[in-house]
Amino acid sequence: MSFRARHLLGIEHLAPAEITTVLDLADSYVELNRRDVKHDTALTGLTQINMFFENSTRTQASFELAGLRLGADVMNMNMQASSVKKGETLVDTALTLNAMHPDLLVVRHPNSGAVNLLAQKVNCAVLNAGDGRHEHPTQALLDALTIRRAKGRLHRLVIAICGDIAHSRVARSNIHLLGKMENRIRLVAPPTLMPSGAAEWGVEVCATMEEGLKDADVVMMLRLQKERMDGGFIPSEREYYHRFGLDAKKLSHAKPDAIVMHPGPMNRGVEIDSTIADDINRSVIQEQVEMGVAVRMAAMNLLARNLRAAREETGVMV
Amino acid sequence: MTPTIFTNARLIDPEKGTDTIGTLAIKDGLIAGPQGLDGATQIDCDGKCLAPGIVDIGVKVSEPGERHKESFRTAGLAAAAGGVTTIVTRPDTLPAIDTPEVLEFVRRRANEAAPVNVLPMAALTRSRDGREMAEIGFLLDAGAVAFTDCDRVIENPKVFSRCMSYAASLGALVVGHPQDPTLSAGAAATSGKFAALRGIPSVSPLAERMGLDRDISIVEMAGGRYHADQVTTIRAITRLRRAKEAGHDVTAGVSIHHLTLNELDVGDYRTFFKVKPPLRSEDDRVASVNAVASGLIDVISSMHTPQDEESKRLPFEEAASGAIGLETLLPASMRLYHARQMDLPTLWRALSLNPAKRFGLTSGRLTAGAPADLVLFDPDAPFVMDRFKLQSKSKNTPFDEARMEGRVLGTWVASHRIDVSPSPNS
Repeated sequence: MSFRARHLLGIEHLAPAEITTVLDLADSYVELNRRDVKHDTALTGLTQINMFFENSTRTQASFELAGLRLGADVMNMNMQASSVKKGETLVDTALTLNAMHPDLLVVRHPNSGAVNLLAQKVNCAVLNAGDGRHEHPTQALLDALTIRRAKGRLHRLVIAICGDIAHSRVARSNIHLLGKMENRIRLVAPPTLMPSGAAEWGVEVCATMEEGLKDADVVMMLRLQKERMDGGFIPSEREYYHRFGLDAKKLSHAKPDAIVMHPGPMNRGVEIDSTIADDINRSVIQEQVEMGVAVRMAAMNLLARNLRAAREETGVMV
Repeated sequence: MTPTIFTNARLIDPEKGTDTIGTLAIKDGLIAGPQGLDGATQIDCDGKCLAPGIVDIGVKVSEPGERHKESFRTAGLAAAAGGVTTIVTRPDTLPAIDTPEVLEFVRRRANEAAPVNVLPMAALTRSRDGREMAEIGFLLDAGAVAFTDCDRVIENPKVFSRCMSYAASLGALVVGHPQDPTLSAGAAATSGKFAALRGIPSVSPLAERMGLDRDISIVEMAGGRYHADQVTTIRAITRLRRAKEAGHDVTAGVSIHHLTLNELDVGDYRTFFKVKPPLRSEDDRVASVNAVASGLIDVISSMHTPQDEESKRLPFEEAASGAIGLETLLPASMRLYHARQMDLPTLWRALSLNPAKRFGLTSGRLTAGAPADLVLFDPDAPFVMDRFKLQSKSKNTPFDEARMEGRVLGTWVASHRIDVSPSPNS
């Protein structure tokens, strides 16, 4: 097995073989999840705590379901209504939880790097469920699995990532992952939503959808993150939709069999036209959600194996 | 007090620009010259370097307000351990040093507790709020050596120009922080490939030139003596050159961190590398080093900013800015020397002579009659930095566990050898 990581904090430090390992295992969980009886015992006896310092319905539900299906004891903590509000620091929260001996900690936090910081202070495996604008590794893995199943491969594809790249951790994780697997990546965004330095990431930076989508195999739309914006980044939503929203006309520049992806939740009529989002021949948005549970099951299973192996080797609770 | 004579010393004279083996005598707190003196205590320097003590501009001593981070005593010991004989302190304390009464407190505490020379700067505006001028005249009489609101840039150009012209009428030096305050609000890194990948809120390096442009325009308009605390980018350096060529009374400094580290050192969100302005690209770092070597940037300082563990052990965006530097200024500077980027007299021009001159001090020289503020050091002695052995109360150094060269062997202030025990990193 070639998955050695102790935590899943990001895609940046994963090797291509580790990515493939996760995806292969996730494939088997897709089959399991489609059966009547969806139980596995990979995490039986282990405790999984979901700590979400930032609102999330979809990702939290996906992680919860993934843990339950693998037999873990799952606890959800709504950190927004907790002691954090009483002034407790992130590190103290981590130490408090650590004393309860969790095995898997799933963390989402509004600050980039916060999950790395937390991982330094605990003895269990930590999964990053999104930190600020930094990384969202399970999203990139589920996107990769979706692409691999739809296209039959995960290399030498032309993939356009479009929209609010500056505020998107999904984009960063996907750029790492798709780059490692040797795809051609194009970024499309208005200049105010394109991070400075993006041109040095080994991607093509495009100013228009027409240019970015030309002959693309995959069109990945991003949500306009209004909650992370602290000023005027775009003149208006309707102008944004006109220039960067995905509609049939813009999609016609991509390959005829190009798939359309979106990490959700969607702003219909802002970054994506409803008819495209719902077009079962083009949109794989529902599949992404399905793959999400499978990929999270795979990632947690692999981390739990490494955790158990480390504990056996050292004879102590690491 | 008996005179002292240093023999077999490698004398670093920034004024003459020389680095020669020789003898130096000190007497009654002053440098006497190269000749021997009757009854003098002899110190054989064994060929090690003897240089004017470092004059460090912009040191934050967290008194009043945050004495748990640093006191005058610990800052003074850290200075002595690092070969710094004069610290020019910042007024960004709690409360700010913006009245003669607070300044009086600071001077009293400094005299009682610190074994090195302490010269306080005062706030330029009340509470450093950028609205009303502080009592510049009274503060000057009470001993303020310069006026600054530190990293809080006075946003309103009208207020700043009035401060400049009022200060100019009294001959007072104003220290600015060249930075466009709105553009850099909330930023924790320099924009570019690295900050964008890490997802850290960042600011363009041009914000520094915009700030310097504004400040220099106001100097042109209102007159006055202006010193930019830190110039760290190629574009701001270009602007600085133009201002100097135009004959404005403008000087600039740079922190040792910006000369020896770059943005990539932040790595996986290491908050000890979060400073203000943020660490720059390698190109900017090299340009800053060259500007010091050519004399365009006048001063190297530590920008010593103590922060406790609690304020640093946070997500990067939320962590406090600043790094301590009094004790690491000399060994970190040796990196520039060992990399052959500048010789020792050139380095000491920026560490000692220029800051002394700019702040109207007679120190920073080896000339007879100058204060006998000296540092004896071995530029080649290697060690591994252990932050817990530092004298400062706060341990937020970016050089923890770094391999360094350059060890201070002794520090003299007005002929007195300062005893720093237990001696750090030894």
